[in-house]
Amino acid sequence: MRRIETEAIVIGGGATGAGTLRDLSLRGVRAVLIEKSDIASGTTGRNHGLLHSGARYAVNDLESARECISENRILKKIARHCIEDTGGLFVTLPEDDPSYHGKLIEHCRYAGIRCEEIGVREALRMEPNLNPEILSALRVPDGTIDPFRLTSANVLDAQERGASVFTHTEVEEILRDGDRAAGVRCRDRLTGEKIEIYAGIIVNASGVWGQRLSASAGIELRMFPSKGSMLIIDYRINNKVVNRCRVPSDGDIIVPGDTVSLIGTTSKKVDYDRIDEITVDDDEIATLLESGEKLIPSVSRARVLRAYCGVRPLIAVSGEMDGREISRGIVLIDHEKRDAVGGLITIAGGKLMTYRLMAEMAADLACAKLKAGKKCRTHRTPLPGSERRVDQARSVKFFTGIPNSVVGSTLYRHGHRIRNILHREKRNYGLICECEMVTEGEIEYALKKLNVRDIVDLRRRTRIGMGPCQGQLCAYRAAGLFVKYDSATSDESNKMLVDFLEERWKGIKPVLWGDALREVEFGYWIYQGLFGLGDVRFEEEAEKR
Amino acid sequence: MIRLQNISFDHCIKCTVCTVYCPVARATHHFPGPKQSGPDTERLRIKSPELLDESLKYCTNCKRCEIACPSNVKIADIIQSSKWRYFKKSLRPRDFFLAHTDLMGSVATRASLLVNFFIKLPPVKLFLDLFFRIPSERRFPKYARGSFLAWYKKHRAEQEAFAERAVYFPGCYVNYNNHELGKDVVTVLNAMNIGVIVSYEKCCGVPLIANGYIDRARKNALLNINSLAASAAESGARIISASSSCSFALKHEYRNLLELDNSAIFDSLDYITRFIHERFLKGNLPELKPVRLRAAYHSPCHLERMGGVMNTIEVLKKIPGLDLTILHSECCGIAGTYGFKKEYYRVSQKVGAELFKRIERADPQIVITDCETCKWQIEMSTPYRVEHPVTVLARSIDGGKL
Ligand SMILES: Cc1cc2nc3c(=O)[nH]c(=O)nc-3n(C[C@H](O)[C@H](O)[C@H](O)COP(=O)(O)OP(=O)(O)OC[C@H]3O[C@@H](n4cnc5c(N)ncnc54)[C@H](O)[C@@H]3O)c2cc1C
Ligand code: SF4
Ligand code: SF4
Repeated sequence: MRRIETEAIVIGGGATGAGTLRDLSLRGVRAVLIEKSDIASGTTGRNHGLLHSGARYAVNDLESARECISENRILKKIARHCIEDTGGLFVTLPEDDPSYHGKLIEHCRYAGIRCEEIGVREALRMEPNLNPEILSALRVPDGTIDPFRLTSANVLDAQERGASVFTHTEVEEILRDGDRAAGVRCRDRLTGEKIEIYAGIIVNASGVWGQRLSASAGIELRMFPSKGSMLIIDYRINNKVVNRCRVPSDGDIIVPGDTVSLIGTTSKKVDYDRIDEITVDDDEIATLLESGEKLIPSVSRARVLRAYCGVRPLIAVSGEMDGREISRGIVLIDHEKRDAVGGLITIAGGKLMTYRLMAEMAADLACAKLKAGKKCRTHRTPLPGSERRVDQARSVKFFTGIPNSVVGSTLYRHGHRIRNILHREKRNYGLICECEMVTEGEIEYALKKLNVRDIVDLRRRTRIGMGPCQGQLCAYRAAGLFVKYDSATSDESNKMLVDFLEERWKGIKPVLWGDALREVEFGYWIYQGLFGLGDVRFEEEAEKR
Repeated sequence: MIRLQNISFDHCIKCTVCTVYCPVARATHHFPGPKQSGPDTERLRIKSPELLDESLKYCTNCKRCEIACPSNVKIADIIQSSKWRYFKKSLRPRDFFLAHTDLMGSVATRASLLVNFFIKLPPVKLFLDLFFRIPSERRFPKYARGSFLAWYKKHRAEQEAFAERAVYFPGCYVNYNNHELGKDVVTVLNAMNIGVIVSYEKCCGVPLIANGYIDRARKNALLNINSLAASAAESGARIISASSSCSFALKHEYRNLLELDNSAIFDSLDYITRFIHERFLKGNLPELKPVRLRAAYHSPCHLERMGGVMNTIEVLKKIPGLDLTILHSECCGIAGTYGFKKEYYRVSQKVGAELFKRIERADPQIVITDCETCKWQIEMSTPYRVEHPVTVLARSIDGGKL
């Protein structure tokens, strides 16, 4: 068993945990992050990546709205390569209550969110695929945020400042030392190795899984999980975030995200014991398609790539167990005060886009307890990749000889760090994923720098396998590169390939009709018909993965 | 700005068959092929037009990829429309002259002897190469004296006397360069008791589309649709063209690429051998004399795209004494004005190399093909003479020498 001592432990590699790790590292506190799967594999990687302006919450929850607009402005500066400043529209359909429109304008004013009325014709010019029957439109500073890049950039920065990261490593128990939480006992899920880590402070940022984890330290923390499902459309059907101007409800947002558009979301209560088994239901798909079509009619003609869902971790604030006082905002718990267990704090709730604020709150408290660390700098210090604004046209020129589509896509994903990835050697920019323009160079970079342990992880760093073919052409090439760059044995890489395809299959299965069905059939011919992948027997070692 | 009219790219299942069949991708690694240039990067261009790749320009619009695609993706259309939607318009005088065949033709035919003489002179060639970037190796088609229309005017009355008539769209090549082919069309149809009504307003637009003059192409297209529809309505006749690329443009490019409504002519428009073959099948077969000739037939890409090759072959098979070798389907590489551009000349020749080899192996007395630019390319790159199927048929009818 390995034993590590450090100043702070962060449990959970979602945006909140990664943000906290970075915040601590920027303050000069030595920290270790432990994530049971991959970074951004929890709720962080399962939402629609809306950089809220706050308008969606303005009418019902002014405080959240204010948090949103303030973080919105900060993130546009420090995380510009993870963000697209698309702008957003709130449109009223003939069947919607027209009075919400005025209410929204008024509440946005209270919250300090710029919200301007624009003509229907103007809205249709901006968004040509919008339902032409809309009655009115408002423009708000919504944007989009890529959760994978955001989380990965936070982790990368922290690591560059000395933090350590353990992915695919699960905290099995929070170790108590009398009335203090002294450390954690974890297990590497790929190698089975046991590790014990001790620190002065433990930050529990394990999202909806926090209830389970706290229980291991004898602390009761009640979560009320609510599932939300989303659909991915093959290509961008809109340029701006399109919201329906009504009391927030199912299927009323369409968000453009990188090369695709996402329709979101539903809301369904789920039992806590089932949070690891949730899937998208047929009725949710029907609702999403139906409502999506009302906003953008061409939804009905487009290919749906996949369906996926995430769990909102709503949390009971004051130890009450009946769920009356559920908070939708940020929850920071000092367990020393609440449960008389020192050395442990929980940060939960909030939103993806308030991750930085949550991290700041958690790190403030952690530093106060450690009596160490400087002031928070995350609101001013740009993330790696966002150090400088990089002009696409200039980059394209700089990399003359490499196709613009490749340069542009790499730049979009890695911002300023493109200089660490692309160079004019042919092998470096050879395409591995042809749908999303992921090059061998980008994969090499991800394998060496971005804590990638399997192809699913690689997908989160690069978008490999996220395009229309869902990994059909790139997955086996990527598996080969793991071997080439010494990141896996060939047997392991075969197993990874199977796991990756299974993971893709899960998201495709609920939307198996039309072109997606033809695509899958073709993929099956390749992997089973040609490669016989289903018949490969793995050695025990690889099987463990 | 997103434009979602042509969303055929969404049906692509990434099988890559199109790229396997693309002659340009085979000839140069500078062109990543139809899959990547079409459906793959179209998604990216919808996201941001700046993700446009220069390599798109290598596509010749031969449409072979579309024939191969099992998902009916309009790959070449996607590439062509991306070219003119996103690239800056070419300001090269060369492209202007190559594209505006009508203008060039009407000027050159007035002084055809002079033009034909000058254009062959080495210093002129060198000049064109250096200042216009037209490769000096390239041979130009000869200009005729006067226009085909002028010839036809003198014969119109006799043609209108026929009970059955067909509307004939001669195209720039017949009008300015090769009157004989037009006359052969008249010979053949007359032998089948069909009069020829020539209707020619403007160039069909193929060179305009290829060089990005889309507004001009649309204007021409509208004029052609209207005038052809009017002529056809008058006589209740079918419309024919003896150029595979013109007929392809009139029928398909107008609709899919220029997004115009050509339903007024769509159903009545045929490439000539289809028209003739149908009549042959119905028993309207003129008396044919043996030609005693060993020929190799090359099928042009656009005729293949229309599914018209079979008609030409069936018509040729009726000609007694024609010993016909059907060449393996290959692109000749010229692609209209593409092979006239220095930057593409080498690729163009490399694309055609396989075809040239196969022709030489067949060692015919003549090569037969339906497309005028294929003819230029083959005549320039091999020692063989190239004739149009209708010309061969006409000689079999009038017993003239081939
Ligand atoms: C459907 C839906 C749509 C949403 N849309 C948006 C939106 O558009 N914009 C927005 O800003 N927010 C949105 N949200 C909210 C947002 O996704 C979450 O608030 C945010 O991602 C929470 O991040 P987190 O880091 O706190 O939690 P998580 O991302 O869940 O991170 C917790 C991590 O802890 C790890 N973990 C758990 N247990 C252990 C253990 N024992 N050992 C080690 N690691 C462990 C998990 O694997 C996980 O990676 C949405 C949420 C949902 C459900
Ligand atoms: S049209 Fe021809 S050259 Fe262009 S991509 Fe298709 S096959 Fe290749
Ligand atoms: S042939 Fe058609 S389906 Fe196959 S890759 Fe090319 S465009 Fe896609």
